[in-house]
Amino acid sequence: MDTTRRNFLMRIGIALNVVAATLIAVPVVGYIASAMRKRSYQAWVKLGPMSDFPEGETRLATYTNPFTVPWDGKTSNVACWVRHLSANQMQVFAVNCAHLGCPVRWFPESRLFMCPCHGGVYYEDGERASGPPPRGLFQYEYEVRGDELWVRGGQMPTLANAV
Amino acid sequence: MANDDPRTPDPRHGPRSRHDVAGEIARIEEKSSSVLWKVLDWVDFRVKFRESILPSIVHPIPRNTASWWYVFGSATLVCLMLQVVTGICLALVYVPSAGQAWQSLEFLNYQQPLGWYLRAMHYWGSNFMVALMTIHLIQVFMFGAFKYPRELTWLVGCVLFILTLGMAFTGQVMRFDQDAYWGLGIGASMAARFPLIGQQVVQMMLGGPIIAGETLSRFFALHVFVIPGILLGLVGLHLLLVIKVGINEWPMPGRLVTRERYIDEYHELVERDGEPFVPHGVTRDVVFAGIVMLTIAAFAAYFGPKGPSGIPDPTLIETNPRPDFYFLPLFSVFALLPPYMETGLILTAPVVLIALAFLLPFYSGTGEKSWQRRPGAWILVIMMFLMLGVLGWLGTYSPWSPDMTAWSGAPVPERYVKASSPLELQGALIVQAKQCRNCHVLGDGGGMRGPALDGVASRLTRDQLIRQVLQGGGNMPAYGKNLNPAEVTALVAFLTTLHPAGELPSRDSAVPAVPATGADAAPPRTGDAG
Repeated sequence: MDTTRRNFLMRIGIALNVVAATLIAVPVVGYIASAMRKRSYQAWVKLGPMSDFPEGETRLATYTNPFTVPWDGKTSNVACWVRHLSANQMQVFAVNCAHLGCPVRWFPESRLFMCPCHGGVYYEDGERASGPPPRGLFQYEYEVRGDELWVRGGQMPTLANAV
Repeated sequence: MANDDPRTPDPRHGPRSRHDVAGEIARIEEKSSSVLWKVLDWVDFRVKFRESILPSIVHPIPRNTASWWYVFGSATLVCLMLQVVTGICLALVYVPSAGQAWQSLEFLNYQQPLGWYLRAMHYWGSNFMVALMTIHLIQVFMFGAFKYPRELTWLVGCVLFILTLGMAFTGQVMRFDQDAYWGLGIGASMAARFPLIGQQVVQMMLGGPIIAGETLSRFFALHVFVIPGILLGLVGLHLLLVIKVGINEWPMPGRLVTRERYIDEYHELVERDGEPFVPHGVTRDVVFAGIVMLTIAAFAAYFGPKGPSGIPDPTLIETNPRPDFYFLPLFSVFALLPPYMETGLILTAPVVLIALAFLLPFYSGTGEKSWQRRPGAWILVIMMFLMLGVLGWLGTYSPWSPDMTAWSGAPVPERYVKASSPLELQGALIVQAKQCRNCHVLGDGGGMRGPALDGVASRLTRDQLIRQVLQGGGNMPAYGKNLNPAEVTALVAFLTTLHPAGELPSRDSAVPAVPATGADAAPPRTGDAG
């Protein structure tokens, strides 16, 4: 094919556009996908003094998510259930039901966690009791530091990534 | 309608020809004496609408399409335009920030003049849009309008349907309250079930590790820019296809669609018995559009806006999240599916359903169009309605969820404990204190997760009751660790009294029946049956 002046110019035009499109597309894709780069959203956070969690009881505790932006408002708050077994033996459960993430509630009389959405029920140790959940409640890694309870949290617990 | 049977030609109109387009233009030009018309003429000399758009406006359509069945597509479009207008208005005040969205919704409701009304219009407009779009879809399906040569129109329509549901879901997120927050949680938990890339999908959806500021901004961009942009573009394509391929004629039983003859037959029909699209084809659409808008305005004025419900603070766990009505059937499915099927169905069912809908005109693209000769179409539509109706109705009162407040609000009714032994009274107390009624109805109140306890003694023997309480099973938690033996004895003693008057409790047939004596044979309570 012979190269005329016009289609030579057209080829330069196309080449310029391909370069420009790539230069624009790379940052756009990188910008959008930055949310899912596999970074561990986990950090140790203080849950409160041990005196807030009497032995033998299961109490609701809250912390502020360690990864926040200033406009999060109240959504940066996270709730979890703390079960104090004995001495430094604890269990810290995410409030999110293992089924589809609704907040489970603790019923101390029947010693069960119940979910208001689809009827998932868990025993006091977090094991699945009945309903649609495919597993027990998600549990936080915890540490008792002096007189304080710390947990390792930072991301919404789901079947893909527990807390 | 001009005549009773829309399918027979009306002799008053005489044969119409497509060449009448020129005649229509000439007739309009005759009126161009007014100043306004001169201005329009000046504009048109430059934009040339008369050459490009007018032929589409007056293109002939089959006269038998002038039917009230053909108004739902345009009515959906009217809703869309209403949503654009009210949506822009709301965006003038709404703050798409997780920290302030809820407050700005309250401001819209109570301080911004007429803010409540525009929120209500937008909410009811969305409900009507989903409803009218669904009716349009069913009409197109029943009239065989998806068949050759309108496959692409159907395909684009299916995408529009999905995008509109996408608008409904993202719109529900804009109403950033507890329902929206936990609805996002459900969405993220579903996304997490993708194998291997679950975590990435969740983070992509939420814009970060938890539902927070970046999540709302993301859904705002989807709801206001991304989906509407695609939606409006595809609506344009959908309309262009309707005009270029022609409106589906009224289906005649026995008139089969074939790829060889259909185009000629259609042209022959519009030549013989056609009418210009405007005004003939749109008269009923115009009337119905007015009715739809007035109805939405009336609903908005009477019922007002929806929500926002509680402030989206995830530490307030005393909440009962429910989706808007169009997602209730889905909400029910998740409660009722056996756990082992759930992940598989979440991942495959949408793909299969969408593929079946998309491919419909390719495996059923020719042949019979009329609903009178397509019983399969009837069965499908009726089954879909029953399925969505029943699931949606179940979703409104969700019997699978424990009644979270039953224990505190409802002591065991007095008539169940009249003339009870001390042991049975203690058992009645356990029923109340151990929240049995979160899941079991007794008398007037209680959850519906488990079977009602009225008459439970007619179904289970004393031994079976003990086993059921201790070990659970059949979706009941085991209470072996939560009740001591004395409590179990008392509870079961009470439960064995729960049988209709005049009916003995069930007993183990392996044990010889003995004359009733002792605690096991408490006299049947009168009034238990109520």
